[in-house]
Amino acid sequence: MTRASDHHSPIPPRAGVGLKPQHYRDILDGAPDIGWFEVHAENYMGAGGPPHAYLTAVRERYPLSLHGVGLSIGGSGPLDKDHLGRLRALIERYQPALFSEHLAWSSHDTVYLNDLLPLPYTEETLDLVCTHIDEVQETLHRQVLLENPSTYVAFAETSMREVDFLREVVQRTGCGLLLDVNNVFVQAINHGFDAAAYIDSFPAEHVAEIHLGGHDEDADDDGAPLLIDDHGREVADPVWALYARTLARAGPKPTLIEWDNDVPDWPTLFAEAKRADAVIADTRNRVAA
Amino acid sequence: MATRGAELESTFARAVLDAGAAVPGPLVRNAGGTPSRRFGVYRNNVYASLIDVLAKRFPVAARLVGDEFFRAMARVYVGNEPPCSPVLLFYGEGFADFAADFPPAAPVPYLADVMRLEWAWHAAYHAADAEPLPLEALSAASEGAAEARLALHPSLRVVRSPYPIITIITIWELGARDGEDEPARLPADGEDALVVRSKLDVEVRRLPEGGATFVLALKEGASLQEAAARAIDDAPAFDLAANLAGLMASGAVVAWAPKR
Repeated sequence: MTRASDHHSPIPPRAGVGLKPQHYRDILDGAPDIGWFEVHAENYMGAGGPPHAYLTAVRERYPLSLHGVGLSIGGSGPLDKDHLGRLRALIERYQPALFSEHLAWSSHDTVYLNDLLPLPYTEETLDLVCTHIDEVQETLHRQVLLENPSTYVAFAETSMREVDFLREVVQRTGCGLLLDVNNVFVQAINHGFDAAAYIDSFPAEHVAEIHLGGHDEDADDDGAPLLIDDHGREVADPVWALYARTLARAGPKPTLIEWDNDVPDWPTLFAEAKRADAVIADTRNRVAA
Repeated sequence: MATRGAELESTFARAVLDAGAAVPGPLVRNAGGTPSRRFGVYRNNVYASLIDVLAKRFPVAARLVGDEFFRAMARVYVGNEPPCSPVLLFYGEGFADFAADFPPAAPVPYLADVMRLEWAWHAAYHAADAEPLPLEALSAASEGAAEARLALHPSLRVVRSPYPIITIITIWELGARDGEDEPARLPADGEDALVVRSKLDVEVRRLPEGGATFVLALKEGASLQEAAARAIDDAPAFDLAANLAGLMASGAVVAWAPKR
Protein backbone atom coordinates (compact mmCIF):
# COMPACT_ATOMS: atom_id res chain seq x y z
CA MET A 1 0.00 0.00 0.00
CA THR A 2 1.17 3.49 -0.75
CA ARG A 3 2.22 5.42 2.32
CA ALA A 4 1.73 9.06 1.73
CA SER A 5 1.50 11.11 4.84
CA ASP A 6 4.21 13.55 3.80
CA HIS A 7 3.16 16.88 2.34
CA HIS A 8 2.41 17.06 -1.35
CA SER A 9 2.93 13.33 -1.81
CA PRO A 10 2.58 13.24 -5.58
CA ILE A 11 -0.23 11.52 -7.42
CA PRO A 12 1.31 8.48 -9.15
CA PRO A 13 0.52 7.74 -12.80
CA ARG A 14 -1.99 5.14 -11.72
CA ALA A 15 -5.73 4.83 -11.32
CA GLY A 16 -7.53 6.55 -8.46
CA VAL A 17 -11.20 6.84 -7.59
CA GLY A 18 -13.52 9.46 -6.19
CA LEU A 19 -13.78 8.99 -2.42
CA LYS A 20 -17.37 8.29 -1.36
CA PRO A 21 -18.72 8.16 2.22
CA GLN A 22 -20.23 4.71 1.62
CA HIS A 23 -16.69 3.37 0.99
CA TYR A 24 -14.87 4.98 3.95
CA ARG A 25 -14.87 1.75 5.97
CA ASP A 26 -13.99 -0.48 3.00
CA ILE A 27 -10.95 1.69 2.34
CA LEU A 28 -9.74 2.15 5.90
CA ASP A 29 -10.35 -1.48 6.92
CA GLY A 30 -9.39 -3.13 3.66
CA ALA A 31 -6.41 -0.91 2.71
CA PRO A 32 -6.91 -1.53 -1.04
CA ASP A 33 -3.91 -1.19 -3.34
CA ILE A 34 -5.03 1.88 -5.24
CA GLY A 35 -2.94 4.84 -6.34
CA TRP A 36 -4.86 7.78 -4.90
CA PHE A 37 -8.22 9.35 -4.10
CA GLU A 38 -9.99 12.49 -5.22
CA VAL A 39 -12.69 14.44 -3.39
CA HIS A 40 -15.02 17.23 -4.39
CA ALA A 41 -13.80 20.20 -2.38
CA GLU A 42 -17.31 21.45 -1.64
CA ASN A 43 -18.24 18.24 0.19
CA TYR A 44 -15.56 18.95 2.79
CA MET A 45 -16.42 22.56 3.56
CA GLY A 46 -18.38 21.79 6.70
CA ALA A 47 -16.74 22.77 9.99
CA GLY A 48 -16.10 19.26 11.31
CA GLY A 49 -17.66 15.86 11.88
CA PRO A 50 -17.23 12.49 10.18
CA PRO A 51 -16.35 13.81 6.68
CA HIS A 52 -13.19 15.46 7.99
CA ALA A 53 -12.37 12.59 10.36
CA TYR A 54 -12.51 10.08 7.50
CA LEU A 55 -10.77 12.27 4.96
CA THR A 56 -7.95 12.86 7.44
CA ALA A 57 -7.57 9.11 7.92
CA VAL A 58 -7.62 8.44 4.16
CA ARG A 59 -5.16 11.27 3.56
CA GLU A 60 -2.71 9.70 6.01
CA ARG A 61 -2.67 6.58 3.86
CA TYR A 62 -3.04 7.76 0.25
CA PRO A 63 -2.19 10.71 -1.99
CA LEU A 64 -5.12 13.07 -2.47
CA SER A 65 -6.40 15.22 -5.30
CA LEU A 66 -8.89 18.04 -4.69
CA HIS A 67 -11.50 18.70 -7.37
CA GLY A 68 -13.58 21.87 -7.18
CA VAL A 69 -17.04 22.05 -8.71
CA GLY A 70 -18.26 25.44 -7.53
CA LEU A 71 -15.77 28.15 -8.40
CA SER A 72 -17.52 29.21 -11.62
CA ILE A 73 -14.26 30.04 -13.41
CA GLY A 74 -16.13 30.54 -16.67
CA GLY A 75 -18.63 32.92 -15.09
CA SER A 76 -18.91 36.54 -16.20
CA GLY A 77 -18.92 37.95 -12.67
CA PRO A 78 -16.08 38.16 -10.16
CA LEU A 79 -14.96 35.00 -8.37
CA ASP A 80 -16.54 34.32 -4.99
CA LYS A 81 -13.87 35.45 -2.51
CA ASP A 82 -15.40 33.52 0.37
CA HIS A 83 -15.28 30.38 -1.69
CA LEU A 84 -11.69 30.96 -2.67
CA GLY A 85 -10.89 31.39 1.01
CA ARG A 86 -12.57 28.08 1.84
CA LEU A 87 -10.57 26.38 -0.90
CA ARG A 88 -7.35 27.85 0.39
CA ALA A 89 -8.10 26.62 3.93
CA LEU A 90 -8.92 23.13 2.63
CA ILE A 91 -5.69 23.01 0.62
CA GLU A 92 -3.66 24.12 3.60
CA ARG A 93 -5.29 21.49 5.76
CA TYR A 94 -5.05 18.48 3.45
CA GLN A 95 -2.11 19.37 1.18
CA PRO A 96 -3.57 17.71 -1.91
CA ALA A 97 -1.10 16.96 -4.68
CA LEU A 98 -3.44 18.31 -7.35
CA PHE A 99 -6.22 20.87 -7.50
CA SER A 100 -8.56 21.03 -10.48
CA GLU A 101 -11.61 23.00 -11.58
CA HIS A 102 -13.81 23.26 -14.65
CA LEU A 103 -14.02 25.31 -17.80
CA ALA A 104 -17.64 26.15 -17.00
CA TRP A 105 -19.81 28.44 -14.91
CA SER A 106 -22.24 27.54 -12.17
CA SER A 107 -23.12 30.76 -10.35
CA HIS A 108 -24.98 33.77 -11.63
CA ASP A 109 -25.53 36.83 -9.44
CA THR A 110 -26.22 35.29 -6.06
CA VAL A 111 -27.62 32.00 -7.34
CA TYR A 112 -25.64 28.76 -7.44
CA LEU A 113 -27.10 26.48 -10.11
CA ASN A 114 -25.24 23.26 -9.19
CA ASP A 115 -24.40 22.31 -12.76
CA LEU A 116 -21.40 22.92 -15.00
CA LEU A 117 -22.86 25.31 -17.55
CA PRO A 118 -21.27 26.07 -20.92
CA LEU A 119 -19.69 29.26 -22.22
CA PRO A 120 -18.94 30.43 -25.73
CA TYR A 121 -15.28 30.41 -26.75
CA THR A 122 -14.44 33.97 -27.74
CA GLU A 123 -11.68 36.52 -27.11
CA GLU A 124 -13.87 38.01 -24.38
CA THR A 125 -14.38 34.75 -22.48
CA LEU A 126 -10.74 33.82 -22.98
CA ASP A 127 -9.65 37.02 -21.22
CA LEU A 128 -12.16 36.40 -18.45
CA VAL A 129 -11.15 32.80 -17.84
CA CYS A 130 -7.45 33.74 -17.80
CA THR A 131 -8.08 36.55 -15.30
CA HIS A 132 -9.97 34.16 -13.05
CA ILE A 133 -7.31 31.46 -13.25
CA ASP A 134 -4.59 34.00 -12.44
CA GLU A 135 -6.56 35.00 -9.35
CA VAL A 136 -7.13 31.38 -8.29
CA GLN A 137 -3.48 30.44 -8.71
CA GLU A 138 -2.31 33.52 -6.83
CA THR A 139 -4.74 32.95 -4.00
CA LEU A 140 -4.09 29.23 -3.66
CA HIS A 141 -0.33 29.51 -4.30
CA ARG A 142 -0.40 26.62 -6.69
CA GLN A 143 -1.14 25.53 -10.23
CA VAL A 144 -4.73 24.79 -11.17
CA LEU A 145 -5.69 22.06 -13.60
CA LEU A 146 -8.54 23.13 -15.89
CA GLU A 147 -10.96 20.44 -17.06
CA ASN A 148 -12.59 20.27 -20.51
CA PRO A 149 -16.41 20.19 -20.18
CA SER A 150 -19.33 18.07 -21.34
CA THR A 151 -21.85 20.22 -23.16
CA TYR A 152 -25.29 19.75 -24.72
CA VAL A 153 -25.63 23.04 -26.57
CA ALA A 154 -23.14 25.20 -28.41
CA PHE A 155 -23.05 28.93 -29.06
CA ALA A 156 -23.33 30.67 -32.39
CA GLU A 157 -20.76 33.24 -31.33
CA THR A 158 -18.06 30.70 -30.50
CA SER A 159 -15.04 31.65 -32.58
CA MET A 160 -12.38 29.24 -31.30
CA ARG A 161 -12.11 25.49 -31.05
CA GLU A 162 -12.18 24.22 -27.47
CA VAL A 163 -8.69 22.70 -27.73
CA ASP A 164 -7.31 26.02 -28.99
CA PHE A 165 -9.08 27.89 -26.21
CA LEU A 166 -7.56 25.55 -23.61
CA ARG A 167 -4.09 25.76 -25.15
CA GLU A 168 -4.28 29.55 -25.05
CA VAL A 169 -5.38 29.52 -21.39
CA VAL A 170 -2.40 27.30 -20.54
CA GLN A 171 0.02 29.59 -22.35
CA ARG A 172 -1.27 32.74 -20.72
CA THR A 173 -1.72 31.48 -17.15
CA GLY A 174 0.63 28.56 -16.73
CA CYS A 175 -2.21 26.35 -15.55
CA GLY A 176 -2.28 22.64 -16.32
CA LEU A 177 -5.05 20.56 -17.86
CA LEU A 178 -7.31 17.81 -16.67
CA LEU A 179 -8.46 15.84 -19.70
CA ASP A 180 -11.84 14.21 -19.21
CA VAL A 181 -11.95 11.58 -21.93
CA ASN A 182 -15.61 10.79 -21.39
CA ASN A 183 -16.43 14.48 -21.83
CA VAL A 184 -14.64 14.44 -25.18
CA PHE A 185 -16.66 11.44 -26.30
CA VAL A 186 -19.95 12.93 -25.04
CA GLN A 187 -19.30 16.21 -26.83
CA ALA A 188 -18.17 14.49 -30.02
CA ILE A 189 -21.49 12.63 -30.24
CA ASN A 190 -23.58 15.63 -29.13
CA HIS A 191 -21.95 18.09 -31.49
CA GLY A 192 -20.92 15.78 -34.30
CA PHE A 193 -17.14 16.00 -34.31
CA ASP A 194 -14.39 13.39 -34.38
CA ALA A 195 -13.37 12.46 -30.84
CA ALA A 196 -10.06 10.92 -31.96
CA ALA A 197 -9.12 14.11 -33.79
CA TYR A 198 -9.92 16.13 -30.64
CA ILE A 199 -7.66 13.86 -28.57
CA ASP A 200 -4.92 14.06 -31.19
CA SER A 201 -4.97 17.85 -31.16
CA PHE A 202 -5.21 18.21 -27.37
CA PRO A 203 -2.12 19.79 -25.73
CA ALA A 204 -1.05 16.47 -24.23
CA GLU A 205 2.16 17.84 -22.72
CA HIS A 206 0.08 19.91 -20.27
CA VAL A 207 -2.20 17.08 -19.12
CA ALA A 208 -1.54 16.26 -15.46
CA GLU A 209 -4.66 14.19 -14.81
CA ILE A 210 -7.30 12.23 -16.71
CA HIS A 211 -10.94 11.63 -15.80
CA LEU A 212 -13.01 8.65 -16.92
CA GLY A 213 -16.72 8.46 -16.15
CA GLY A 214 -19.91 6.88 -17.36
CA HIS A 215 -22.57 8.52 -19.49
CA ASP A 216 -26.23 7.93 -20.26
CA GLU A 217 -27.74 7.73 -23.73
CA ASP A 218 -30.72 9.85 -24.74
CA ALA A 219 -31.91 11.55 -27.91
CA ASP A 220 -32.65 15.17 -28.80
CA ASP A 221 -35.84 16.60 -30.36
CA ASP A 222 -34.77 15.41 -33.78
CA GLY A 223 -33.95 11.90 -32.66
CA ALA A 224 -30.20 12.50 -32.84
CA PRO A 225 -28.20 10.76 -30.10
CA LEU A 226 -27.66 12.92 -27.04
CA LEU A 227 -25.22 11.67 -24.43
CA ILE A 228 -25.57 12.81 -20.83
CA ASP A 229 -22.47 12.95 -18.65
CA ASP A 230 -24.10 11.44 -15.56
CA HIS A 231 -21.19 9.66 -13.79
CA GLY A 232 -23.72 7.01 -12.93
CA ARG A 233 -22.35 3.79 -14.44
CA GLU A 234 -19.32 2.00 -15.88
CA VAL A 235 -17.05 3.72 -18.39
CA ALA A 236 -18.32 2.92 -21.91
CA ASP A 237 -16.19 0.77 -24.27
CA PRO A 238 -15.55 3.50 -26.87
CA VAL A 239 -14.35 5.75 -24.04
CA TRP A 240 -11.86 3.06 -22.96
CA ALA A 241 -10.60 2.95 -26.55
CA LEU A 242 -10.26 6.73 -26.58
CA TYR A 243 -8.44 6.54 -23.25
CA ALA A 244 -5.87 4.10 -24.71
CA ARG A 245 -5.37 6.50 -27.60
CA THR A 246 -4.89 9.37 -25.13
CA LEU A 247 -2.23 7.49 -23.17
CA ALA A 248 -0.43 6.51 -26.35
CA ARG A 249 0.06 10.24 -26.95
CA ALA A 250 0.39 11.59 -23.42
CA GLY A 251 2.01 8.63 -21.66
CA PRO A 252 0.81 7.16 -18.35
CA LYS A 253 -1.13 9.74 -16.31
CA PRO A 254 -3.00 9.74 -13.01
CA THR A 255 -6.47 8.57 -14.03
CA LEU A 256 -9.62 9.02 -11.98
CA ILE A 257 -12.69 6.80 -12.19
CA GLU A 258 -15.63 9.14 -11.58
CA TRP A 259 -18.76 7.39 -10.33
CA ASP A 260 -20.80 9.94 -8.40
CA ASN A 261 -24.39 8.79 -8.87
CA ASP A 262 -25.84 5.33 -8.17
CA VAL A 263 -22.49 4.71 -6.50
CA PRO A 264 -21.68 0.97 -6.67
CA ASP A 265 -20.21 -1.20 -3.95
CA TRP A 266 -16.48 -0.92 -3.38
CA PRO A 267 -15.42 -4.06 -5.35
CA THR A 268 -17.22 -2.80 -8.48
CA LEU A 269 -15.58 0.61 -8.27
CA PHE A 270 -12.20 -0.95 -7.51
CA ALA A 271 -12.54 -3.19 -10.58
CA GLU A 272 -13.00 -0.11 -12.79
CA ALA A 273 -9.80 1.34 -11.34
CA LYS A 274 -7.97 -1.93 -12.03
CA ARG A 275 -9.17 -1.75 -15.62
CA ALA A 276 -7.63 1.71 -15.98
CA ASP A 277 -4.41 0.44 -14.38
CA ALA A 278 -4.34 -2.34 -16.99
CA VAL A 279 -4.55 0.21 -19.81
CA ILE A 280 -1.72 2.19 -18.19
CA ALA A 281 0.40 -0.98 -17.91
CA ASP A 282 -0.35 -1.82 -21.53
CA THR A 283 0.79 1.66 -22.58
CA ARG A 284 4.07 1.18 -20.73
CA ASN A 285 4.61 -2.19 -22.40
CA ARG A 286 4.06 -0.71 -25.84
CA VAL A 287 6.53 2.05 -25.15
CA ALA A 288 9.08 -0.47 -23.86
CA ALA A 289 8.59 -2.80 -26.83
CA MET B 1 -22.39 48.07 -18.30
CA ALA B 2 -23.06 44.42 -18.89
CA THR B 3 -20.67 42.59 -21.17
CA ARG B 4 -21.91 40.31 -23.89
CA GLY B 5 -20.90 37.34 -21.75
CA ALA B 6 -22.90 38.63 -18.80
CA GLU B 7 -26.02 39.10 -20.93
CA LEU B 8 -25.72 35.62 -22.32
CA GLU B 9 -25.19 34.13 -18.88
CA SER B 10 -28.16 36.01 -17.48
CA THR B 11 -30.49 34.76 -20.24
CA PHE B 12 -29.16 31.24 -19.85
CA ALA B 13 -29.54 31.23 -16.05
CA ARG B 14 -33.11 32.56 -16.24
CA ALA B 15 -34.11 29.89 -18.74
CA VAL B 16 -32.51 27.13 -16.65
CA LEU B 17 -34.42 28.10 -13.51
CA ASP B 18 -37.75 28.96 -15.07
CA ALA B 19 -39.21 26.06 -17.02
CA GLY B 20 -41.80 28.50 -18.43
CA ALA B 21 -39.12 30.74 -19.93
CA ALA B 22 -38.21 30.21 -23.54
CA VAL B 23 -35.00 28.39 -24.36
CA PRO B 24 -32.44 31.01 -25.38
CA GLY B 25 -32.88 29.80 -28.95
CA PRO B 26 -31.11 32.57 -30.88
CA LEU B 27 -28.09 32.08 -28.66
CA VAL B 28 -27.77 28.40 -29.16
CA ARG B 29 -26.60 26.57 -32.19
CA ASN B 30 -26.84 22.82 -32.24
CA ALA B 31 -25.18 20.30 -34.44
CA GLY B 32 -28.49 18.61 -35.12
CA GLY B 33 -31.29 21.12 -34.98
CA THR B 34 -33.81 22.35 -32.42
CA PRO B 35 -32.37 23.00 -28.99
CA SER B 36 -35.20 22.51 -26.48
CA ARG B 37 -34.39 18.97 -25.45
CA ARG B 38 -30.70 19.67 -25.33
CA PHE B 39 -31.26 22.76 -23.23
CA GLY B 40 -33.61 20.66 -21.12
CA VAL B 41 -30.63 18.59 -19.96
CA TYR B 42 -29.39 21.64 -18.05
CA ARG B 43 -32.81 22.37 -16.57
CA ASN B 44 -33.11 18.79 -15.49
CA ASN B 45 -29.58 18.62 -14.08
CA VAL B 46 -30.09 21.74 -11.99
CA TYR B 47 -33.48 20.77 -10.56
CA ALA B 48 -32.93 17.02 -10.21
CA SER B 49 -29.54 17.41 -8.52
CA LEU B 50 -30.85 19.94 -6.00
CA ILE B 51 -34.01 17.93 -5.34
CA ASP B 52 -31.78 14.89 -4.75
CA VAL B 53 -29.74 16.87 -2.23
CA LEU B 54 -32.94 17.72 -0.34
CA ALA B 55 -34.31 14.17 -0.54
CA LYS B 56 -31.12 12.83 1.05
CA ARG B 57 -31.13 15.56 3.68
CA PHE B 58 -34.78 15.03 4.67
CA PRO B 59 -35.28 11.28 4.19
CA VAL B 60 -38.01 10.84 6.80
CA ALA B 61 -40.01 13.80 5.48
CA ALA B 62 -39.74 12.27 2.00
CA ARG B 63 -41.13 8.98 3.30
CA LEU B 64 -43.86 10.67 5.32
CA VAL B 65 -45.39 12.46 2.34
CA GLY B 66 -44.22 10.04 -0.34
CA ASP B 67 -41.47 10.51 -2.86
CA GLU B 68 -43.65 12.06 -5.55
CA PHE B 69 -45.14 14.71 -3.26
CA PHE B 70 -41.78 15.45 -1.66
CA ARG B 71 -40.04 15.96 -5.00
CA ALA B 72 -42.85 18.20 -6.26
CA MET B 73 -42.62 20.30 -3.10
CA ALA B 74 -38.83 20.42 -3.34
CA ARG B 75 -39.09 21.57 -6.95
CA VAL B 76 -41.16 24.58 -5.90
CA TYR B 77 -38.70 25.32 -3.09
CA VAL B 78 -35.69 25.11 -5.41
CA GLY B 79 -37.38 27.48 -7.86
CA ASN B 80 -38.29 29.94 -5.08
CA GLU B 81 -35.13 29.69 -3.00
CA PRO B 82 -32.25 28.33 -5.08
CA PRO B 83 -28.91 27.91 -3.31
CA CYS B 84 -26.82 31.03 -2.83
CA SER B 85 -23.57 29.19 -2.08
CA PRO B 86 -21.63 26.53 -3.98
CA VAL B 87 -21.35 24.69 -0.67
CA LEU B 88 -24.53 22.63 -0.80
CA LEU B 89 -23.94 21.42 2.77
CA PHE B 90 -25.54 24.74 3.68
CA TYR B 91 -28.57 24.27 1.43
CA GLY B 92 -32.03 23.51 2.77
CA GLU B 93 -32.03 25.35 6.09
CA GLY B 94 -35.18 27.21 5.09
CA PHE B 95 -36.94 24.18 3.63
CA ALA B 96 -38.82 23.34 6.85
CA ASP B 97 -40.21 26.89 7.09
CA PHE B 98 -41.17 26.66 3.44
CA ALA B 99 -42.99 23.37 4.05
CA ALA B 100 -44.84 24.89 7.02
CA ASP B 101 -46.35 27.47 4.66
CA PHE B 102 -46.81 25.15 1.69
CA PRO B 103 -50.62 24.75 1.45
CA PRO B 104 -50.65 21.25 -0.08
CA ALA B 105 -48.67 19.99 2.96
CA ALA B 106 -51.22 21.31 5.46
CA PRO B 107 -52.79 17.85 6.03
CA VAL B 108 -49.46 16.76 7.59
CA PRO B 109 -49.12 19.40 10.31
CA TYR B 110 -46.04 17.81 11.91
CA LEU B 111 -44.09 17.69 8.62
CA ALA B 112 -42.24 20.98 9.19
CA ASP B 113 -41.13 20.02 12.69
CA VAL B 114 -39.90 16.64 11.48
CA MET B 115 -37.92 18.54 8.86
CA ARG B 116 -36.53 20.89 11.52
CA LEU B 117 -35.28 17.86 13.42
CA GLU B 118 -33.74 16.38 10.26
CA TRP B 119 -32.00 19.69 9.53
CA ALA B 120 -30.69 19.81 13.13
CA TRP B 121 -29.30 16.28 12.61
CA HIS B 122 -27.58 17.37 9.38
CA ALA B 123 -26.20 20.56 10.95
CA ALA B 124 -24.89 18.63 13.96
CA TYR B 125 -23.23 16.08 11.67
CA HIS B 126 -21.17 18.80 9.96
CA ALA B 127 -20.67 21.10 12.96
CA ALA B 128 -17.27 21.91 14.43
CA ASP B 129 -15.61 19.27 16.60
CA ALA B 130 -14.98 19.74 20.33
CA GLU B 131 -13.97 17.50 23.18
CA PRO B 132 -16.81 16.93 25.68
CA LEU B 133 -16.17 17.29 29.40
CA PRO B 134 -16.07 13.94 31.17
CA LEU B 135 -18.95 13.09 33.49
CA GLU B 136 -16.64 13.40 36.53
CA ALA B 137 -16.28 17.12 35.88
CA LEU B 138 -19.82 17.52 37.18
CA SER B 139 -19.07 16.37 40.74
CA ALA B 140 -15.72 18.17 40.79
CA ALA B 141 -17.45 21.43 40.02
CA SER B 142 -19.91 21.71 42.88
CA GLU B 143 -18.09 24.73 44.29
CA GLY B 144 -19.77 27.83 42.89
CA ALA B 145 -21.94 25.66 40.68
CA ALA B 146 -24.98 27.92 40.80
CA GLU B 147 -23.07 30.77 39.18
CA ALA B 148 -21.35 28.53 36.63
CA ARG B 149 -21.78 29.04 32.93
CA LEU B 150 -21.44 26.13 30.55
CA ALA B 151 -19.95 26.12 27.08
CA LEU B 152 -22.05 23.72 25.05
CA HIS B 153 -20.87 21.57 22.16
CA PRO B 154 -20.90 23.40 18.78
CA SER B 155 -23.05 20.63 17.35
CA LEU B 156 -25.82 21.07 19.94
CA ARG B 157 -29.29 21.89 18.63
CA VAL B 158 -32.69 21.94 20.33
CA VAL B 159 -35.88 21.34 18.36
CA ARG B 160 -39.16 21.88 20.19
CA SER B 161 -42.42 20.59 18.86
CA PRO B 162 -46.04 20.15 19.89
CA TYR B 163 -45.87 16.86 17.96
CA PRO B 164 -44.06 13.64 18.91
CA ILE B 165 -41.36 14.22 16.31
CA ILE B 166 -38.72 11.91 17.79
CA THR B 167 -41.16 9.03 17.90
CA ILE B 168 -42.30 9.76 14.34
CA ILE B 169 -38.75 9.83 13.03
CA THR B 170 -37.77 6.70 14.93
CA ILE B 171 -40.75 4.77 13.60
CA TRP B 172 -40.09 5.80 9.99
CA GLU B 173 -36.36 5.30 10.23
CA LEU B 174 -36.86 1.81 11.56
CA GLY B 175 -38.96 1.07 8.51
CA ALA B 176 -41.98 0.34 10.68
CA ARG B 177 -44.15 2.05 8.10
CA ASP B 178 -45.95 -1.23 7.41
CA GLY B 179 -47.29 -1.38 10.96
CA GLU B 180 -51.06 -1.20 10.50
CA ASP B 181 -51.83 0.58 13.76
CA GLU B 182 -48.96 3.02 13.59
CA PRO B 183 -50.89 6.23 14.32
CA ALA B 184 -52.38 4.70 17.45
CA ARG B 185 -48.91 4.15 18.84
CA LEU B 186 -47.94 7.79 18.66
CA PRO B 187 -47.88 9.62 21.98
CA ALA B 188 -50.30 12.52 22.20
CA ASP B 189 -47.77 14.93 23.70
CA GLY B 190 -45.18 16.95 21.91
CA GLU B 191 -41.51 16.12 22.10
CA ASP B 192 -38.48 18.38 22.49
CA ALA B 193 -35.30 16.99 20.98
CA LEU B 194 -31.70 17.50 22.03
CA VAL B 195 -29.38 16.86 19.07
CA VAL B 196 -25.64 16.48 19.76
CA ARG B 197 -22.68 14.91 18.00
CA SER B 198 -19.98 14.70 20.64
CA LYS B 199 -17.83 12.23 18.63
CA LEU B 200 -18.76 10.76 15.22
CA ASP B 201 -22.39 9.78 15.77
CA VAL B 202 -25.28 12.22 16.01
CA GLU B 203 -27.50 11.46 19.00
CA VAL B 204 -31.10 12.57 19.35
CA ARG B 205 -32.51 12.54 22.88
CA ARG B 206 -35.95 13.42 24.16
CA LEU B 207 -35.66 16.28 26.63
CA PRO B 208 -37.66 16.06 29.88
CA GLU B 209 -40.15 18.76 30.84
CA GLY B 210 -38.47 22.15 31.03
CA GLY B 211 -35.32 20.67 29.51
CA ALA B 212 -35.53 22.64 26.27
CA THR B 213 -35.92 25.94 28.12
CA PHE B 214 -32.99 25.01 30.35
CA VAL B 215 -30.64 24.07 27.48
CA LEU B 216 -31.59 27.05 25.36
CA ALA B 217 -30.95 29.38 28.34
CA LEU B 218 -27.52 27.81 28.87
CA LYS B 219 -26.80 28.20 25.17
CA GLU B 220 -27.59 31.91 25.45
CA GLY B 221 -25.03 32.17 28.26
CA ALA B 222 -27.27 32.07 31.33
CA SER B 223 -25.74 30.69 34.54
CA LEU B 224 -26.94 27.31 35.82
CA GLN B 225 -29.07 29.09 38.41
CA GLU B 226 -30.70 31.43 35.90
CA ALA B 227 -31.30 28.63 33.42
CA ALA B 228 -32.85 26.44 36.11
CA ALA B 229 -35.10 29.30 37.22
CA ARG B 230 -36.37 29.78 33.67
CA ALA B 231 -36.95 26.05 33.30
CA ILE B 232 -38.96 25.94 36.56
CA ASP B 233 -41.07 28.86 35.31
CA ASP B 234 -41.78 26.81 32.24
CA ALA B 235 -42.23 23.45 34.01
CA PRO B 236 -42.54 23.43 37.84
CA ALA B 237 -41.47 19.77 37.97
CA PHE B 238 -38.12 20.58 36.36
CA ASP B 239 -35.31 18.48 37.89
CA LEU B 240 -31.99 20.31 37.68
CA ALA B 241 -29.76 17.41 38.75
CA ALA B 242 -31.32 14.98 36.26
CA ASN B 243 -31.22 17.48 33.39
CA LEU B 244 -27.62 18.41 34.06
CA ALA B 245 -26.57 14.77 34.29
CA GLY B 246 -28.38 14.04 31.00
CA LEU B 247 -26.62 16.92 29.31
CA MET B 248 -23.21 15.76 30.54
CA ALA B 249 -23.93 12.17 29.54
CA SER B 250 -24.74 13.34 26.00
CA GLY B 251 -21.31 14.93 25.75
CA ALA B 252 -23.07 18.25 25.29
CA VAL B 253 -20.86 20.24 27.68
CA VAL B 254 -17.36 21.17 26.57
CA ALA B 255 -16.32 23.69 29.23
CA TRP B 256 -17.37 24.74 32.71
CA ALA B 257 -16.64 28.25 33.93
CA PRO B 258 -17.42 28.69 37.66
CA LYS B 259 -17.30 32.49 37.40
CA ARG B 260 -18.07 34.88 34.64
